[in-house]
Amino acid sequence: MGGVHEDPIDGSALLRSVADHGCGAEILFLGTVRRSNEDGPVVAIDYTAYAEMAGEEFDRIVGEARTRWSGARFAVRHRLGDIPVGEPSIGVAVAAPHRAEAYAASRFIVDEAKRRLPVWKKERFDDGSAEWRENAAPSRTPGA
Amino acid sequence: MTNEAVSSTGSSMSIRIDCLLFGRYAELLEVGVLPLQLPENATAGDVVARLRADRPNGKQLPLEPMVAVNRKHVKLDTALADGDEVALLPPLAGG
Repeated sequence: MGGVHEDPIDGSALLRSVADHGCGAEILFLGTVRRSNEDGPVVAIDYTAYAEMAGEEFDRIVGEARTRWSGARFAVRHRLGDIPVGEPSIGVAVAAPHRAEAYAASRFIVDEAKRRLPVWKKERFDDGSAEWRENAAPSRTPGA
Repeated sequence: MTNEAVSSTGSSMSIRIDCLLFGRYAELLEVGVLPLQLPENATAGDVVARLRADRPNGKQLPLEPMVAVNRKHVKLDTALADGDEVALLPPLAGG
């Protein structure tokens, strides 16, 4: 099931793990560390987490997805530690009978993960400096 | 690890909790785990107030940060129990 690990994310393995003859749609989402104009010369992002809670929260998110899309299959990973530009920090694989459920479930899991997982990132720049960054989307408000 | 807030015996009128700090909050207060003794009717918000009042740089914590108790997101008015694990969560950045 869900997981928060320091190992690199193997997207192909995630996708294989959800494959099923009853599912005609398979989607793999990979969120990768990027170097962009607005962020500056990022060389890597150091991800840290409240790991025990992040694992449990990821399981809760997948459980909610399983309730909403009962015919779908899921595999999720979030990587921690120092992740270079171009490598994935999060992977979400979904297989569902049809593409509409697969797209919706994938988006739900990624959106909820960004909103709820107790994970933090510090961008490292090519001049040796570093800076905490937070997601643009609002974090979870309990009870909302 | 700072441990000055915990008495050796405790009391029926108080609870002991572990406060966990992460990311920029851990850097700010220069601590990751902080045992605290609080009144038995204390809430998660009281943990925030205690840190803001007693810790160096505590005033730089937000008045209403995200908080988790025993690894679940909660509101600040959530009542605490002896042995709870209370985490102050900086703005999230997963994904």
